[in-house]
Amino acid sequence: MDVLIYLIPVALALGLMGLAGFLWSLKAGQYDDLEGAKYRILEDDDLPDEKDGNDRGG
Amino acid sequence: MTAHERDWDAFVTLTPEGHAHMDLAVEGVTCAACMVEIERGLGAQPGIEKARLNLTSHRLAVDWRDGETSAEQVVSTLSRLGYRAHPFDPAQMRERADATGRELLRSLAVAGFAMMNIMLLSVSVWSGNASGIDTETRDFFHWLSALIALPAAVYAGRPFLRSALSAISARRLNMDVPIVIGVSLALFLSVMQTLQSAHHAYFESAVMLLFFLLIGRYLDHMMRRRTRAFAENIAALKAETAALLRPDGSLREVPLSKVAPGDLIHVRAGERVPLDGRVETGLSEIDQSLVTGETALAAAGPGDVVYAGTLNAAANLTVRVTTASGATLLDEVTRLLEAASQAKSRHVQLADRAASLYSPLVHLAALMTFIGWFVLGGDWQQALVVAISVLIITCPCALGLAVPAVQVVTSGLLFRAGVLLHAGDAVERLAEADTIVFDKTGTLTLAIPDLVNAAEVPVAVRELAGRLALASRHPLAGALARATSASVPVEGARECPGEGVVAELGGRELRLGSAGFCGLPETAARAALASHPGASLILFRDGDAAPVPFAIAQKLRPDAIETVARLRGLGYRLEILSGDRAAPVADIAERLGIADWRAGMKPADKIARIGELAADGARVLMVGDGLNDAPSLAAAHVSMSPVTAVHVAQAAADAVFLGDRLMPVADALCHARRARAAMVQNLWFSTAYNLVAVPFAVAGLVTPLFAALAMSSSSVVVTLNALRLRLDGARSRALPGEGN
Repeated sequence: MDVLIYLIPVALALGLMGLAGFLWSLKAGQYDDLEGAKYRILEDDDLPDEKDGNDRGG
Repeated sequence: MTAHERDWDAFVTLTPEGHAHMDLAVEGVTCAACMVEIERGLGAQPGIEKARLNLTSHRLAVDWRDGETSAEQVVSTLSRLGYRAHPFDPAQMRERADATGRELLRSLAVAGFAMMNIMLLSVSVWSGNASGIDTETRDFFHWLSALIALPAAVYAGRPFLRSALSAISARRLNMDVPIVIGVSLALFLSVMQTLQSAHHAYFESAVMLLFFLLIGRYLDHMMRRRTRAFAENIAALKAETAALLRPDGSLREVPLSKVAPGDLIHVRAGERVPLDGRVETGLSEIDQSLVTGETALAAAGPGDVVYAGTLNAAANLTVRVTTASGATLLDEVTRLLEAASQAKSRHVQLADRAASLYSPLVHLAALMTFIGWFVLGGDWQQALVVAISVLIITCPCALGLAVPAVQVVTSGLLFRAGVLLHAGDAVERLAEADTIVFDKTGTLTLAIPDLVNAAEVPVAVRELAGRLALASRHPLAGALARATSASVPVEGARECPGEGVVAELGGRELRLGSAGFCGLPETAARAALASHPGASLILFRDGDAAPVPFAIAQKLRPDAIETVARLRGLGYRLEILSGDRAAPVADIAERLGIADWRAGMKPADKIARIGELAADGARVLMVGDGLNDAPSLAAAHVSMSPVTAVHVAQAAADAVFLGDRLMPVADALCHARRARAAMVQNLWFSTAYNLVAVPFAVAGLVTPLFAALAMSSSSVVVTLNALRLRLDGARSRALPGEGN
């Protein structure tokens, strides 16, 4: 059972990382607009490469 | 149009990075494409630091570098893109960051994290208890659980602790009092058990309880916030600003909060008077339908008092803003409004009523259990353990979710039906209503007047009159123009303030205006009005031909007759209380088939009538839109107003309905009745659950595993029952010909 000595802290630390991640994303305002977020993922304007490609093509 | 600048500084705030920031309500955003268009369009403009549209709340947040661009350019870019936007008055924008919601979410996250990790340890202990775990390991697991549970409970329990303390200091009992007692005792007991190396501890129960209750609390908060945000958007888009006339003679458009009594404001023809005041210069007619319900226009000249919310019909006015002094209408309304809100006995919400019955019972049961075990067994520690387990198992997990879950689902359904709730408990009160009192003007009828005798006038004359009407800002002329397909105004038309418009066309003189202006004798005008009770006349004269009367009246909402029939079918008692003259009210009442109507009612009369009805035991739903309705909206058991209502009326109402249709009123009542039924079912289910679980607890048979299963399953059942409403809602929407 000695394995518990480090397994439990590791499990807790992983959980805490998840919690910290959530609190950070909450603070960063990522849950302010759940309606808009689902459409923003379809936006391509964060891909400069593709745009350049289009410019060259056009 | 008078060119005047808007005082943008009043709307702009500075961000910590030194950029200018402005929040705007944007109209016409329907989909993701609009969002992209707006953000790209603004982003392309030089100087814009950040533009982000919130698709949930239809608000745009813009940051820009001051000097490189301006608020004015932002708004003009938006209008070029085809969206009407209006900035929020920072003074009225409360709680932009939604601090409460974030605190609840943080607490929820902490409780969820703690619950899952403790459960991991607890399941090990439970299975270990069955397969021979050694005492050291179990104690270690229990101490570890305590290490997680205690700080987590302190953090996540704050919303409940605050509410419980405020309830106790007000000498009331709410649901949070037994919650706080239950959670604290469970934690205390678990620490004691751990100290004694006992087999069971209740850490996971305590934290799980908080987790479920926080879900209910967050749902409740989200519902209120969404409605409030929407209501604020409507208010901002109504652009409640005033054109302030400065001493140097220039005009500046400022938010109402920046206008002080004694300031001079400029009210253009066709605009609403933004604030109460006394006319300094100008001669005009005032449409008071939103304020008194009276549909006939009243003359206003220097020295006359004009009220906020009335429409300046004929000509520009300069108004000196007055303080609330003397016996003005608004003073009377304000006084009545305060009295009505105070007199209204605080409605005890279903959940609080359940709590006030529930907590004494549960605490008594726990006490009896303790005494029973102590007398029979003699071991006070054992007796305490069992007594506390009774409290844990009865802790109002399902009760805490029973009402908010239903409220959230219902407010979503109402939102889709075009009804916005101001108050969470409005659902319960709507369901209790049995009598509906309607205001007439703007409520049963549309707020905008319309031509009613179109069929009596030849098309060519109507179209020509319509073209002339386009040259005028008068509301009657506006109604005439809307009723025709005229799009080109007659050239060279002159407006004679307070009388009408006149123009030359092909050598003939065209006149549109009052009876006197067009040379129609008084008796002839009265005869023309006889067939249209309640209408206002506007006349048109082409050269020397006989003047043609156009009757303009407020039309019934398109589905008013069906809605009233449906409401009557549902068993509601209906009544009309109007501030307008008897003739138009009688006409409307007859068409709707409502036998009880009263006309010429002052605000105090309306309250008195509602008081009479309430004294007879009726629960009154008041539907009204005018300033004169505001006190009775506050006095009634529950109230609704259309979105076109004056600000004061909307603030006094429990719910606002959107659009031209009246059916949302009936829909809201139906949804509310179903919701109340679901709430009562949920409360009964929670009671039944306690009736089953308490005997086990009293007998000392409850283990932490039993408690965890019982709690989560009861919460799930209650939530599912609330979601069932949504299925019903979908089914009733799928039925065609609703309301027939």
